[in-house]
Amino acid sequence: MSQSAVDVPPKGGFSFDLCKRNDMLTQKGLKAPSFLKTGTTIVGLIFKDGVILGADTRATEGPIVADKNCEKIHYMAPNIYCCGAGTAADTEAVTDMVSSQLRLHRYQTGRDSRVITALTLLKKHLFSYQGHVSAALVLGGVDITGPHLHTIYPHGSTDTLPFATMGSGSLAAMSVFEAKYKEGLTRDEGIKLVAEAICSGIFNDLGSGSNVDICVITKGNKEYLRNYMEPNPRTYVSSKGYSFTKKTEVLLTKITPLLERVEITEVGEAMEE
Amino acid sequence: MQIFEYNGSAVVAMVGKNCFAIASDRRLGVQLQTIATDFQRISKIHDRVFIGLSGLATDVQTLYQRLVFRHKLYQLREERDMKPETFASLVSAILYEKRFGPYLCQPVIAGLGDDDKPFICTMDSIGAKELAKDFVVSGTASESLYGACEAMYKPDMEAEELFETISQALLSSVDRDCLSGWGGHVYIVTPTEIKERILKGRMD
Repeated sequence: MSQSAVDVPPKGGFSFDLCKRNDMLTQKGLKAPSFLKTGTTIVGLIFKDGVILGADTRATEGPIVADKNCEKIHYMAPNIYCCGAGTAADTEAVTDMVSSQLRLHRYQTGRDSRVITALTLLKKHLFSYQGHVSAALVLGGVDITGPHLHTIYPHGSTDTLPFATMGSGSLAAMSVFEAKYKEGLTRDEGIKLVAEAICSGIFNDLGSGSNVDICVITKGNKEYLRNYMEPNPRTYVSSKGYSFTKKTEVLLTKITPLLERVEITEVGEAMEE
Repeated sequence: MQIFEYNGSAVVAMVGKNCFAIASDRRLGVQLQTIATDFQRISKIHDRVFIGLSGLATDVQTLYQRLVFRHKLYQLREERDMKPETFASLVSAILYEKRFGPYLCQPVIAGLGDDDKPFICTMDSIGAKELAKDFVVSGTASESLYGACEAMYKPDMEAEELFETISQALLSSVDRDCLSGWGGHVYIVTPTEIKERILKGRMD
């Protein structure tokens, strides 16, 4: 490592030191790695008292399912949640970053965060990276001005909608919404519709699968229903399990005993006056 | 040729009852030529946290050195060891910092948290954390490892049974992958001891 690149906690932002080396490797014929994507179906809708967000739980790495039960509904503020599709690292990093910025903003202003604040912070960040930070988001929440639902595209454009879908399963989910959405849905009708839309994505889109997560946000209250529906349980589980008659051949064993963790309570004298 | 297939690797971690196991293969190759059969892919960060790195070997070693440095700084400042969840966040941040020119490796982190609760997670090369309650895999043999672990894993296994399961899963998977193998290196960590075992596998 060069002398100037000392590894003290950096000032923030991205570092591009390895780009030249990676380009050289790509030119020599070595293909770049594929990132963890969240193929995904994410949806949101506005109902009578607030916003309902829904997401599937499959994370893919190329054609392989890397995570069967990942969380795609990210916390932004107590009254704002955000679903993310696209490159998993980007959605997680961008939502974490804006969530921290919103918290600092809440401390500074002394007020609850507004959805439009989160929207502006997200779109500014994504636009400045010209779409290279590949995060497509569905942002929803209820603030002092009422319930809001927005979609944010990786290049930084946004839409404000009464119902929205994003991700590879968005067409499947949108077909359900277009057929059955109406204004003034009750909480139960809304949850049922969101679950139906996500299921449509799960069953018809190969990039989405596993379970349905739902988040209901109303004025002053939020409910995160993790794994609300599990329409894909393991169908056959062998009761016996695997038993290995032929044991693995071990060449060498080294046992390191760990010291017991001792709680030291300081018994000392009081400070002299 | 994929960049991850340059050196070849296989790393897997599994959760047991108040213990965890982390295992890797031992081959280091340069495309199709094997140049070492005792390459260390799993490293100890402290007594209760291990990290296994798969991918380009040079980045594996560089990243490991950076992480040990950051952990030592943490120990000096906080006068304690890092929790595995904190360590995972640190690795994720270090990898995401290089989002547009990443380290070409995929870490598997395994540790015992508070109350001796085992923790495992893996990440892609830009730091997308993937927590799991059962097992995580990484490397060129990852597709076979997914299949083998999915079939062989049972929840709440004791240390010895966990060792047998993870060894069988690792050896079966690397047998179907040309770029990894040449034995295995398994660490079983319980609250009272660390058992490190070297396995005999097919040497081809």
